[in-house]
Amino acid sequence: MSTVLDKPRVVITGRKVVGGVAEGEALVTHETISGWGGVNPMTGTVIESRHELKGVSFAGKILVFPGAKGSSGWSGIFHMAKLRGMAPLAMVFNIMTTKAALGAVVMRVPTVTDCDQDPLAVIRTGDWVRVDGDAGTITVWDKRPA
Amino acid sequence: MVALTEAEQAMLDGASGAATQKAMELLIRYADALGAERFVETNNVAGVPGSAPQWIKDYYAADGGDYRAVFSRFDLDSDEVVDVPRMNAFSCHLQGGMDPTLWQEQGMTEAAHDNFVSDEAEVAAHGIQILKTCTPYLAGNVPVMGEHCAWMESSAVVFANSVIGARTNCEGRESTSAAMLAKRIPDWGFHRDAFRKGQHSVSVDVPVDSIFEWGMLGYYVGDAVQDTIPVITGAVSDASLIRHKHFGAAAASSGGVEMYHMVGITPEAPSVEHAFGGTAKGERFVYDAAARRRIYEMLNSVGSSQDVDYVMLGCPHYSIEQIAQAAALIEGRKVHANSALWVFTSRAVKATADANGYTKILRDAGAFLMTDTCSAISQAVPKGTKVAALDSAKQVHYLPAMMGIEGWYGTTAECIDAACTGKWKGRLA
Repeated sequence: MSTVLDKPRVVITGRKVVGGVAEGEALVTHETISGWGGVNPMTGTVIESRHELKGVSFAGKILVFPGAKGSSGWSGIFHMAKLRGMAPLAMVFNIMTTKAALGAVVMRVPTVTDCDQDPLAVIRTGDWVRVDGDAGTITVWDKRPA
Repeated sequence: MVALTEAEQAMLDGASGAATQKAMELLIRYADALGAERFVETNNVAGVPGSAPQWIKDYYAADGGDYRAVFSRFDLDSDEVVDVPRMNAFSCHLQGGMDPTLWQEQGMTEAAHDNFVSDEAEVAAHGIQILKTCTPYLAGNVPVMGEHCAWMESSAVVFANSVIGARTNCEGRESTSAAMLAKRIPDWGFHRDAFRKGQHSVSVDVPVDSIFEWGMLGYYVGDAVQDTIPVITGAVSDASLIRHKHFGAAAASSGGVEMYHMVGITPEAPSVEHAFGGTAKGERFVYDAAARRRIYEMLNSVGSSQDVDYVMLGCPHYSIEQIAQAAALIEGRKVHANSALWVFTSRAVKATADANGYTKILRDAGAFLMTDTCSAISQAVPKGTKVAALDSAKQVHYLPAMMGIEGWYGTTAECIDAACTGKWKGRLA
């Protein structure tokens, strides 16, 4: 049942990178993510020295991040994380790169970019988020709707 | 949606076989994700096609768990397993997982080595050149200016774009494997003129004239401009292949730099105006003495113990010039009992090092000249390593984080001294 409590805090519109719909808890970082050498694919954990998510896993989260950086092994590492069941549920990022695009494609997780509001400013870690890749929409609640 | 030529539509319809059809399907999904409008043709592809550790093969056990299964399911991200023919494009295999002869020294198991041998035989049988290096441009694949390539390996990509003027994005494993079959890659990013123009300025106010200084400047530039294109002016001198190699590798690691312009040095930057495609824009960063010290301290922030038990050289893979220099620095000395020295290069360059006697000089000193891989790629360091010394900003960025060890950054001479004394005495002059 939809109640006033279920009203989303914000709806962001962007462009489809990969279609599909997923919803879950947001994990937000304001720092770009390195794949190979920056993530352990066996656990989905960020391992980069000095990264604000160091030691945190994105497995099963809606990963909201500025973009990809570093090695060309980005897609391969995220692809391996997918095989291990450690992929994010969906992704939202600002900066389009071949690394992030290919990683999203081979993980086959709903992904949106080119947003009309900065997702890094609007979405907070722990928010409940639905990413509709086909519609290019990101719906954000403070907590999981009843 | 990406537009297809008749030839591309025919590949998608299966006219060139099932594997090429699957390759086109993946490339179309990828092009649409990027927002590319068309493909460019490429006949120069470098990746890591089909090579996989045992656990990935085991994951596809139901499909036979072999090269064909991995190439179909993982490389082409295909929903069905297809026969994989010889590649259609000129295709090269970049770095791999272990040295072909010193693998036991690297701590590899017999089973892992068997898997390596089996993968390599498949790679060769599929018409892919066994370069086994992150520096294909030092091992027989030097693109020309303007050539459309599909390369992996961030340090090779930034070299190809910036130093040569070839055109490649930082491709991934799946896109390069697909491009080896379809000879296509999305016409996006660095394939397009407008994308190759500078976005920010970096003014260099302290002399940058050695490989050590070029490496630190690269690390600074990547940290400053992230994944954009810097236009570098000022006190950069003594340009050479190996200095560009270390600069680009560092900039691609601390940020995501895939192309840089050095005014008066790199081919697409005869002037500031040319590099920017107009007047200078973006932010202006200044690399001065304070910035240089800050970068040195950042690179050395994961070092605290002076007791160095491992020195790794060869990130990116050493050129013959660098191996000659390392051999000259260590000739007549011995690696300390509490330390180890591994130097990494390609098989092609090692053949020259063998002929010149450098391999023997290193071996006589107690060091190893290894090929194919590096400590970060293979996650192999001498047993019990706690503190490494490195002459590569890229390697000090990655290796300590990956292996949970300490790391020092310094000059090649400081690293070799550390290997021979077991003590780190590096400092910023």
